[in-house]
Amino acid sequence: MTTIMTPNKKPRWHKVGVGSYIVLVLFTLLSIFPFYWMFIVASNGTEAVSKVPPTLLPGGRFFTVISHVYEAAPTFNQSLLNTIYVGTIVAVAQVFFSAIAGFAFAKLNFKGQRYLVLFVIGTMMLPSQLGIIPLFMLIGQMGLLNQLGALIIPALVTAFGVFWMRQIIDAQIPNELLEAASIDGAGVFRAFWGIVVPIIAQSSFVLGLFSFLATWNDYLWPLLVLQDPNNLTAQVAVNQLKSSYAIDYALNMGGAFLSTAPLLILFILVGRRLVRGVMDGAVKG
Amino acid sequence: MTQPAVSAKRKPASPWKPPKPPKKLNNPNAVLSLNGKWGYLFIAPFFFMFLLFGLAPIVYSVYIAFFNWDPLGTQDFIGLENFQLLMEDPDFWLAMSNTFEIWLLSTIPMLLMSIGLATILHRQYLKGSTFWRTILLVPNITSVLAVAIVFGQLFGRDFGMINIVIGSLGFPHIDFIEDSFASHVAIATMIVWRWAGYNALIFLAAMLAIPGELYESASLDGASKFKQFIYVTLPGLRNTITFVLIVGTIGGLQVFAEPLFLGSSFSGGDAGQFKTLTLYLFDRAFVGGQWGYAAAIGIMITVVVIFVSIINFFLTKRISSDTK
Repeated sequence: MTTIMTPNKKPRWHKVGVGSYIVLVLFTLLSIFPFYWMFIVASNGTEAVSKVPPTLLPGGRFFTVISHVYEAAPTFNQSLLNTIYVGTIVAVAQVFFSAIAGFAFAKLNFKGQRYLVLFVIGTMMLPSQLGIIPLFMLIGQMGLLNQLGALIIPALVTAFGVFWMRQIIDAQIPNELLEAASIDGAGVFRAFWGIVVPIIAQSSFVLGLFSFLATWNDYLWPLLVLQDPNNLTAQVAVNQLKSSYAIDYALNMGGAFLSTAPLLILFILVGRRLVRGVMDGAVKG
Repeated sequence: MTQPAVSAKRKPASPWKPPKPPKKLNNPNAVLSLNGKWGYLFIAPFFFMFLLFGLAPIVYSVYIAFFNWDPLGTQDFIGLENFQLLMEDPDFWLAMSNTFEIWLLSTIPMLLMSIGLATILHRQYLKGSTFWRTILLVPNITSVLAVAIVFGQLFGRDFGMINIVIGSLGFPHIDFIEDSFASHVAIATMIVWRWAGYNALIFLAAMLAIPGELYESASLDGASKFKQFIYVTLPGLRNTITFVLIVGTIGGLQVFAEPLFLGSSFSGGDAGQFKTLTLYLFDRAFVGGQWGYAAAIGIMITVVVIFVSIINFFLTKRISSDTK
């Protein structure tokens, strides 16, 4: 992690009190500790959680515990692949549909536009769980129960994505660029592909990442529509490990670790972009 | 983070002025040289999918709420009876008070922590700011399930690390599952852990958008750091606080994943001590098979969410205009 230092100036970190750094270090430890603890328990076995004082160092039983996870959930790898598959399709679709709708709402003038925007914003207020029963009926009638399509099809568009893209396109694309393009004879489609898409590529990536993460972590809906143990997502597979009388902490945390590790790796690669994305999308003022 | 001034070389104003756009535009910021009619095509996929999989189920659940709807049996129209039963249902009111208690226990500490963290990150000479910002987002990307498994163990009565710490300080162990208030604290902790850093980034973005001159003139006038925070930073965060509160309310009043995992069932603890509204909805729908009743609960959640959002909106508006 680099800090930008202005040339010819000594770093003036001492201007920030030590207290601030202590608070930040404390928050860092709190943020990371649950992941660390997951690994500690998964590598020490369940006995580790009943020791006073608790074990705080990794043990040597990690692979034993992981093999227990695969015994209890033999299709765990398939579940992980399913999650990646669903997450990728949902992310790409959400970005595409949000971008075209966001573009229309930000830059095009058509009748009823204002009310349609208000409609999109208004629907963001509705609790998402409200329609879950009829949606379950609908997906059942479409014959999608126990199929990954049950996760993909209802998630292809979100009001949030459209709203977010509208904000981004409004903020990042000057009208003059599009005007110049249309003077050169570009129509709506060429203006979109040629000018808007390259500029919003970075932000689209961030929206896609957030969709991917949300899909990865979604739990209740997959639990309802996927009941075939050979065709689950990672979250549902982890949940299956819980269904024993005595809680096997090492097994649970081993599963949780397996389902979280890919996200942490992804985060190490693109975390800084996500930070930018969160801050770009913030309401300021 | 301040942008270099670019106004130094401004072009001389040209004598030609663009004609003013006609007044009643549907979109005042639109590029008029592009044919707006295509807009309908661009928004069509969103509206088609959203109406079918988003809005239609919601409308249909309003319809179901007027029925005694057994998914495997009969569907009888019963008018407002579900809502009448709901008003007399002690479980519903228990879920309501639990939800509000968890919401209060999570929202207020989260707001204070986020603003505090953002204030620290806003320090001009902070070292490693990119690193701190990135770390703050880590809790937000993890699944609620994984978080709940870990926190469930950490909050354990006998061997949870939190109780070991409490015990070593000489206090009796707290049962974070059986005790109603303590279970709410445990759930609120998971929510705060997940969202404090994320919201700190939102607040930081808003703070960075406050013009630096405001701070300069305040410090020239002799305002202390604390006074600058009260009179410059806080008013600058007004809309952001409203936004975070409303989003937090919409999410907070629908909380169900954390209590679901804490108790491993839809009942929200043996005595329903951490039963929340959304958890009760799922309990009635998928355990009780009372879809009409569950739909009625969903409508009540919506009413409460909208009501509280409106109160939030006016309250933050009022408070911030008082401090002006």
